[in-house]
Amino acid sequence: MKRSRRNLLKAGAALAATAGIPRAAFAQAGPVKIGMSMPQTGSLGAGGQAALVALRLWVDDVNSRGGLLGRKVEFIVYDDQTNPANVPGIYTKLLDVDRVDLIIAPYGTVPTAPIMPMVKQRGLLLMGNFSFQVNAKVQHDMWFNNSPWNDAASWSDGFMKNGQRVGAKTIAFLAADQEFAQNLANGARELAKQGGMKAVYDQNYPPATTDFSSLIRSIRAARPDMVFVMSYPNDSVAIVRSVNEIGVGPSVKMFGGGMVGLQFTPNMVNLGSLLNGIVNYNSYVPGMKYPIDDFLGRYAKRAADAKVDPLGFYLPPFNYAIGQMLEQAVNGTRSLDHRQLAAYLRTNEMKTVVGPIRYDRTGEWASPRVVQAQFRGVVDKDMEQFRKPGKQVVIYPDEYKTGEVIAPFEKARSAK
Amino acid sequence: MIFSFDLLAEALLFGVLLGCFYAAVSIGLSVSFGLLDVPNVAHPAVMVLGSYFTYVLAGYGFDPIVAGVVLMPAFFLLGMLIYRFYYESFERRGTEAGVRGLAFFFGLAFIIEVGLILAFGVDQRSVQAAYIGTSLALGEYRIPYRMLVAFGVALLLTFSLSLYLSKTFIGRAIKAVAQDEPALRLMGANPVRIKQWAFGIATGASALAGAMLIIVGPVEPALDRLYIGRTFCVVVLAGLGSMTGTLGAGLILGVAESIVLMFFGASWAPAVAFGLLLVVLGIRPQGLFGR
Amino acid sequence: MKYWTGAAVLLIAAFAASLSDVNEYFFYAAFVVLQFIVLATAWNILGGYAGYVNFGTAAFFGLGAYTAVLLFKALSAPLAVQIAGAAAMGGLLGFGAGMLTLRLRGIFFAIATVALIFILETVMINWRYLGGATGLQLLRPDVAAPFDSYTRMLFFVMALEAVAAVSVARYIQTSWIGRGLRAIRDTEEAAEASGVPTLRLKLVACTVSGALMGAAGAPMPMYLSFIEPASSFNLLYSVNTLAGAIIGGTAHWAGPLIGALALASLQQIVTVTISNEVNVLVVGVLLVAFVVGAPDGILGLFKRWIRF
Repeated sequence: MKRSRRNLLKAGAALAATAGIPRAAFAQAGPVKIGMSMPQTGSLGAGGQAALVALRLWVDDVNSRGGLLGRKVEFIVYDDQTNPANVPGIYTKLLDVDRVDLIIAPYGTVPTAPIMPMVKQRGLLLMGNFSFQVNAKVQHDMWFNNSPWNDAASWSDGFMKNGQRVGAKTIAFLAADQEFAQNLANGARELAKQGGMKAVYDQNYPPATTDFSSLIRSIRAARPDMVFVMSYPNDSVAIVRSVNEIGVGPSVKMFGGGMVGLQFTPNMVNLGSLLNGIVNYNSYVPGMKYPIDDFLGRYAKRAADAKVDPLGFYLPPFNYAIGQMLEQAVNGTRSLDHRQLAAYLRTNEMKTVVGPIRYDRTGEWASPRVVQAQFRGVVDKDMEQFRKPGKQVVIYPDEYKTGEVIAPFEKARSAK
Repeated sequence: MIFSFDLLAEALLFGVLLGCFYAAVSIGLSVSFGLLDVPNVAHPAVMVLGSYFTYVLAGYGFDPIVAGVVLMPAFFLLGMLIYRFYYESFERRGTEAGVRGLAFFFGLAFIIEVGLILAFGVDQRSVQAAYIGTSLALGEYRIPYRMLVAFGVALLLTFSLSLYLSKTFIGRAIKAVAQDEPALRLMGANPVRIKQWAFGIATGASALAGAMLIIVGPVEPALDRLYIGRTFCVVVLAGLGSMTGTLGAGLILGVAESIVLMFFGASWAPAVAFGLLLVVLGIRPQGLFGR
Repeated sequence: MKYWTGAAVLLIAAFAASLSDVNEYFFYAAFVVLQFIVLATAWNILGGYAGYVNFGTAAFFGLGAYTAVLLFKALSAPLAVQIAGAAAMGGLLGFGAGMLTLRLRGIFFAIATVALIFILETVMINWRYLGGATGLQLLRPDVAAPFDSYTRMLFFVMALEAVAAVSVARYIQTSWIGRGLRAIRDTEEAAEASGVPTLRLKLVACTVSGALMGAAGAPMPMYLSFIEPASSFNLLYSVNTLAGAIIGGTAHWAGPLIGALALASLQQIVTVTISNEVNVLVVGVLLVAFVVGAPDGILGLFKRWIRF
């Protein structure tokens, strides 16, 4: 359903006049309100909290430069607790009670999925935040996802290709029954088939599963060469613990691939040596050439104050980049009209702390940059070890590669 | 689907360990609902409360099991208080109160759940111990130590409670109250105080059950909802009033869940307890070993 | 006659409101309040009149929501058909569950109804066509004139449902069915002995109650344009419904209406001003308070107050 800009203004003025709620800015005065829901507790919570620090940093930065269109930026954020059921109500509140001018999606596919139909029907620009293929069914044309992947191939190619290189012929899939993992699983299954891999195990588990012993046991019995896991932070941690507890068997050459949460600093520190040998995706590891150092330095100070992940490698730079892109679009079009901003984002290349970003017609990065890295030589209870390159050996793609994958999995766990 | 006898045997073994754990978790309800007829749907919530207190104490360096034992007296008192309140508000006022009593305990369960969310947030909490995260290797089988520990503590708890109820004076008084309250009154004993004591014991057992819960896996405030099914399934399957029956019923549930997990996948497992409960209620409501 | 005039006036007011310029969020919140009026009224038919505490409200509600989704996805059915289908499924579940569990006493009946919730939720988790645990994004067709948005239209639809539910409850209460149910609630054995067809009456109550609850769930998927099992079968639906009826008073059809209106409105205000969690605390505390201190609900307090 399309709304012309005039209708929006008319409705807004009528609302302001009749609804009795204090008049929000609709003329030229007042702040520019940017609203979002961010999972600050629940499975994605640790990542969300770090991302929020980066976003607030951007808000302060842009306000110190005079704000957007000469108006101060006001940032309104709620906690959806990684529960998709909370999200539609939060965005309805943001749009109809808080009357925000711009919205950013929550971090993660699972919290974002519920509002895709709503933003399409209300004709709103939505800045995606590390979601995976969440727009595939709805096909909203004002969706711009900030994450270093595009489709399933961009994610799993690194894992699959390395698997083939070490001689893997069979694969096991373990995926959570939720939007992210299912999107990725559907793509990965196709790619495995195309690559001549045989799937010897393929199971979905309910997202609330906490005990993975039976699943790991069944995987072991299937004797796969590779195990491709697609999980969210709570499950990822539980799976890593389970694999260390009862073992996945000597046949496995590579384990991991799509485990969200093993990039969050608190999880890395808590799991420590349990991570060794696992090959997993990441968006940034120290050593990669991004114009990021200044940002990381300023972020670290803020994060220490907020008592949140002080390294800030995985999400924070990308969330800061969302702010940067919005700023460039608003300054480029000198307006807050969603259609115009969308047109700008679609056609321009934007400069951010994670490098230049250009979008394809589905709203995803035109040039994906996902890395697959293997944890090696990680010791327990040490955060500083992750600051320098070496603990996460990048095995794909070539332009960021720092080493070869060590297989089998059991051998890699004790390698340095 | 991969099937092998090794896998089946490992699943059965895991089911036995799990089942014993379920029995220990339900034993408190066996006393409060089975013997005393108190519709305590807040029992799993109180248990989760015990898990969170264990988590707090573990943060100070206590071993989780020690923490659970330390919490038992406090929970005993809590139980007595809850029962007293329940008695004054409902049991005293007659049979119509039965329905209200049920609503009361549901309200209490939610108050506890929300209280935990407000205090701790919705994030999962777990504890660390030497026996958590490693397993015993028996040939091809791997049995997690945390399950063995829970199994051991569960057996100990179930047998001690059973012995207490059959061998001690108060224990037998509790059983008497369950069987024939008017007769007990005629003999001069005060059934209300006996019931209060019994409810306290049931709640005390919940504290230890809560400690085991957080050893076996991570906890979060809404976990009690899933355990309403498991505990009531065990208690009803056992038959009201039977303590040793609780162990048998727990084993049946544990093995059933483990088998379903293996053959039908993780997405069907949550329905096992409730499904079994419905089946028992439909076919043999008095349970397997009940009075 | 007074009742029907009042109902007509309310409906006209609701219709007029939905076409006015009132803030969109009002309709978003009011939809939930009306939804709980329907649920509490439906619950009371079995719970208040007959005395059988159904804790499985969430099962009927979720079933209604998923039936609507199935009809929408498979047949592109319009909303009216979705609601009818949901009511039918709810009624069927009520009938079936009634046959199986109504001979169980008090708490066993309640626990059995809780079992329904989890079993149905697990079925939906395993039904990939309806989204499984992932859930389903729903692209709604354009909203029908004269409404401007789905939220407003669904608000009015829910107002219609509320009037329908209260009318049904009122009819049952004043008819021979209600008399029979009251006899069952007071002493079931005596009722049996004096020839009251207890099983049939209980089944009628169970079926009607279930149908109305299913109908309450049907507009939900369109309201959110998203559905997933965990929130559709949330135990909170059961607690809020029960609390609404008990707080209002279970003896009369006006009770659940008042109770749900008061409770749900309070919860919506708390959600917007404080937080989502606190509204669960509100229902827990109020439920315990009323069940302990004012078992006849607001209506009971009102009656006592009038007497002075």
